[in-house]
Amino acid sequence: MTLLLDAVTLTYPDGDSRLTALDDVSLEVPAGTMTAIVGPSGSGKSSLLAVAATLVTPDRGRVVVDGTPTRELSPAQKSALRRVRVGIVFQQPNLLPALTSTEQLQVMAHLDGRKPRQVRARARELLHAVGLDDKVDRRPHQLSGGQRQRVNIARALMNEPAVLLVDEPTSALDHERGAAILDLLVRLTRERGTATVLVTHDRAHLAEADQVRAMADGRLDTQAPA
Amino acid sequence: MFVAWRDLRFAKGRFALMGAVVVLITLLVGLLSGLTAGLARENISAITGLPADRLAFAAPPDGQSVSFTNSRVPERAWDTWARQPGVTRAEPIGIRTLNAAAGDRTAGVSAFGVEPDAGIAPGHVAPGRAVLSEKAAKELAVEPGGALRVGTLELRVEAVAGEDSFSHTPVVWVSLDDWQRIGHRGTSADEQATVIALTTQGADISAGDEAAGTETRTVDGALTAIGSYQAENGSLQLMRGFLFVISALVIGAFFTVWTIQRSADIAVLKALGAATPYLLRDALGQAVLMLAVGTGAGTGLAVVIGAFIRGGDVPFVLDAPTVLVPALVMIALGALGAALSIRRITAVDPLTALGSAR
Repeated sequence: MTLLLDAVTLTYPDGDSRLTALDDVSLEVPAGTMTAIVGPSGSGKSSLLAVAATLVTPDRGRVVVDGTPTRELSPAQKSALRRVRVGIVFQQPNLLPALTSTEQLQVMAHLDGRKPRQVRARARELLHAVGLDDKVDRRPHQLSGGQRQRVNIARALMNEPAVLLVDEPTSALDHERGAAILDLLVRLTRERGTATVLVTHDRAHLAEADQVRAMADGRLDTQAPA
Repeated sequence: MFVAWRDLRFAKGRFALMGAVVVLITLLVGLLSGLTAGLARENISAITGLPADRLAFAAPPDGQSVSFTNSRVPERAWDTWARQPGVTRAEPIGIRTLNAAAGDRTAGVSAFGVEPDAGIAPGHVAPGRAVLSEKAAKELAVEPGGALRVGTLELRVEAVAGEDSFSHTPVVWVSLDDWQRIGHRGTSADEQATVIALTTQGADISAGDEAAGTETRTVDGALTAIGSYQAENGSLQLMRGFLFVISALVIGAFFTVWTIQRSADIAVLKALGAATPYLLRDALGQAVLMLAVGTGAGTGLAVVIGAFIRGGDVPFVLDAPTVLVPALVMIALGALGAALSIRRITAVDPLTALGSAR
């Protein structure tokens, strides 16, 4: 199993008490499949992503990323795990303003100690895969919202992650562009064999997901595919 | 430096503005350093150029410090020092600042009285014959063979040599006998001098002071006995120090704001797996690069301006210590200010990149 969350509970301090963000959540995501997590705002979807991305350590439960249990990892080891095994597609594109589309992808290799020019061809290949052949030297302010989101997706795939975590990728896009982005994510999941978790509040584009799970009040319920 | 270098190119305006501040502060520090060294040279070069490692002053009354103005050592004192074990040389030197005149030209000079055979003056002094520093000769418009009056003494110029200066006045070297008659209208005066220049090798300085009734300082330590030097140099060094501190604070403030502005980007990079040391190296490299370029440009400007004004009347020293040391201090303190500012990178939470995570 490429991504495993086993009986994960996460709480945050809330005044004198604690707020439960994830309540005994279990999730298995095999390679090459997409799991959609749907639910209203505040249901715990983003907390689930944060735990899966090793950005937060849960109070209880087990998180295993590509065969690596994460609980005992040091902060530096977690950073390294995120660099090479986890790809994150942010809700907002979160592109670095000074970097071109190609450089947004090259920086991922540089974070991992590789020379950016060695991965230039791969960066171009990924930008081609997301349909941005003619935007490789554009900076974020020179791209449309949909194009920025495509760069965001390509960047997440740059280091060939085993796990792809996608946070509300269509929230800032219109229906047509949102559908195109979701189609792209499904295609890339199949082609590249990632275990993809897609968090969304929009149930309109979930037909391609292999499983759809609903979240409410920190609990994850099973649903049939949409 | 992958991201930092691109930030520098992308945010040209902001970094150019900050770089310009660094250039101007470095220029100011560079010019001030050259001026400080130049003024110091005019104050002390005759003392630091003496062939001695220590100077013995007349012991001052309790509670007072030694001073060139008040010190009077009798012949007995230098005879005593000359007999001390470990003292290879004890030469009396008289120092007095007064007016000199040649024809219709007058100038303030420092008369340094030395024994004719001591070899301390840059030329041969003898009773009735003086050796003038170049600036003294220029101000009095005299040449070798010419006549001048120093105080009440009528002297002939034996030679023009050296650039010795004391307390901002050019030096006129005269014989000690002549120096002792200054102010005594040609009559013989007491056998005395201002200080004794000592060359020592393992001498017991305390014992010598006790025997001779003197207080001995190293040559560097004796410089504080020049009242104008202590006040002037202290003020200028204080100004220079403040400029260094101001530059560190300004650079620190700039990088504090810059880091706050970049917090979202830093959070994204952390979420993507950037290690904190990587981010700190990146940011510090950016700061040092900007500092090095700004300081280099400022130092270059200071050298050009310094070379231009050095030949004039402004006392200005242009050498490696006055050019490179301020530049290196600027970079070091600026980097320290930047380092303290970019520490906040460690506190940026990558979770914020995910937006609402609760």
